[in-house]
Amino acid sequence: MENILEVKDLNVYYGVIHAIKDVSFHVGKGEIVTLIGANGAGKTTTLQTITGLIQAKSGHVSYDGKDISKTPGYKLVAEGIAHVPEGRRVFADLSVYQNLMLGAYTRKDKDEVAKTLQMVYDRFPRLLERKEQRAGTLSGGEQQMLAMGRALMSKPKLMLLDEPSMGLSPIYVNEIFDIIQKINQDGVTVLLVEQNANKALSIANRAYVLETGSVVLEGDAHELMENPQVKAAYLSE
Amino acid sequence: MSSFLTYLINGISLGSVYAIIALGYTMVYGIAKMLNFAHGDVIMVGGYTVFVICSTLGLPPFVGILSAVVVCTVLGVVIERVAYKPLREASSLSVLITAIGVSYFLQNAALIIFGADTKSFQNVINVPSLTLMDGQVTVSGVTMVTILSCALILIGLTTFINKTKTGQAMLAVSEDKGAATLMGINVNRTIAVTFAIGSALAAIAGVLLCSAYPVLSSTTGAMPGIKAFTAAVFGGIGSIPGALIGGIIMGVIENLSKAYISSQLSDAIVFAVLIVVLLVKPTGLMGKQIQEKV
Repeated sequence: MENILEVKDLNVYYGVIHAIKDVSFHVGKGEIVTLIGANGAGKTTTLQTITGLIQAKSGHVSYDGKDISKTPGYKLVAEGIAHVPEGRRVFADLSVYQNLMLGAYTRKDKDEVAKTLQMVYDRFPRLLERKEQRAGTLSGGEQQMLAMGRALMSKPKLMLLDEPSMGLSPIYVNEIFDIIQKINQDGVTVLLVEQNANKALSIANRAYVLETGSVVLEGDAHELMENPQVKAAYLSE
Repeated sequence: MSSFLTYLINGISLGSVYAIIALGYTMVYGIAKMLNFAHGDVIMVGGYTVFVICSTLGLPPFVGILSAVVVCTVLGVVIERVAYKPLREASSLSVLITAIGVSYFLQNAALIIFGADTKSFQNVINVPSLTLMDGQVTVSGVTMVTILSCALILIGLTTFINKTKTGQAMLAVSEDKGAATLMGINVNRTIAVTFAIGSALAAIAGVLLCSAYPVLSSTTGAMPGIKAFTAAVFGGIGSIPGALIGGIIMGVIENLSKAYISSQLSDAIVFAVLIVVLLVKPTGLMGKQIQEKV
């Protein structure tokens, strides 16, 4: 399988703290790959380094065969990478509609954008109902849907999702994971970072386990679910 | 009654100039989260540009006004690029001190180039005055043009922000630079555009101010700059309608104080009102509640 994303020997520091240590992994076209691990393992830092929000000390990130380690973050959206950040980070003062249109900021063709908007509203009917509402007044689950809808507006090939289930009620968690699978079935490759390892492994093809900045385990998601180490550390209910 | 109306209209006019300047402060604060204390001195540069073009070179007024806008816009972008951009990750105190440094730099550069003696500014706005209520109230051409300019600028700016992609990008950057980057917005470019717009407005304010009060020196922009900054805080810094309301109220209070209380105390009264407003409503009249991020 062709790799859409390859991360090689990535090292990231926060001051003197070595947050990411020689992390390497890859994501194949069409896959759902998940990075799981405890708080502080470096999952979010990894995603932020891929999209240029944080600069790596060393290592390479390549996307679609091109080295993007030095590409400024804002240019990656037009290349087809959408990042749904931790904590959703919707523009609270702007309306749902304005948020979605900002997702299509890099796209020029108005007719095509209108089609994507319709598709996003079909996928998230609640966003259509609330399109004039300020994003800050939405519930946590609705904000997560908005953040995902906003990312879809850029017509991504690769979607990075950072803790989409964080702070949501169980009903919303199930809904969000269903939607992630549907987005993937529509041809978008997904790199998912989750603390809810159970859920993440159940929808992923492959997984990497991060511990204090290093990859300690990797493999088929369903096999990892049966791995006694993973079971003990991450799947205890 | 008729004299009160005259004072009021002149106050609104002065306030309109404050509002135009305050828009620059408030937009830059909203987007770059910094107080650009050199903003007032850009007004002075606009005034001198018109002086050179119209009085020294004798070119027609519209050339002078256009040149002032171009010079100030470029100056604003250059200031941001050279002085503030390298400090994007620095503490806000460093940025503030740098801004004060840029302000002194501009004032002293003007002092070297144009000398210490004040220049008399030739009015470039030749509009006949309007007489109302059987000749009891006279509104000068500059006053009318100033109020009208302020209204047009506000409408233009609001339309720009709400209807254009760049305007929406400005709103996004003002709320969350990281999330804006993830939308594909070039944050540095958006900040540069904001400085360009703010400085162009400062040029227009410079023309209007110098036409109403026709003396020009290196510190011409300093006091109006501080008052407009006060107006922006008064209205709620970061808020565009706040800048308008703050500016107009400041101008009216200042002019009415001069007329009815004491021209020497007028500035003290204006700042006293500011202190009272901030005690009652610390975020300013139209300011948002500052939320702690969780």
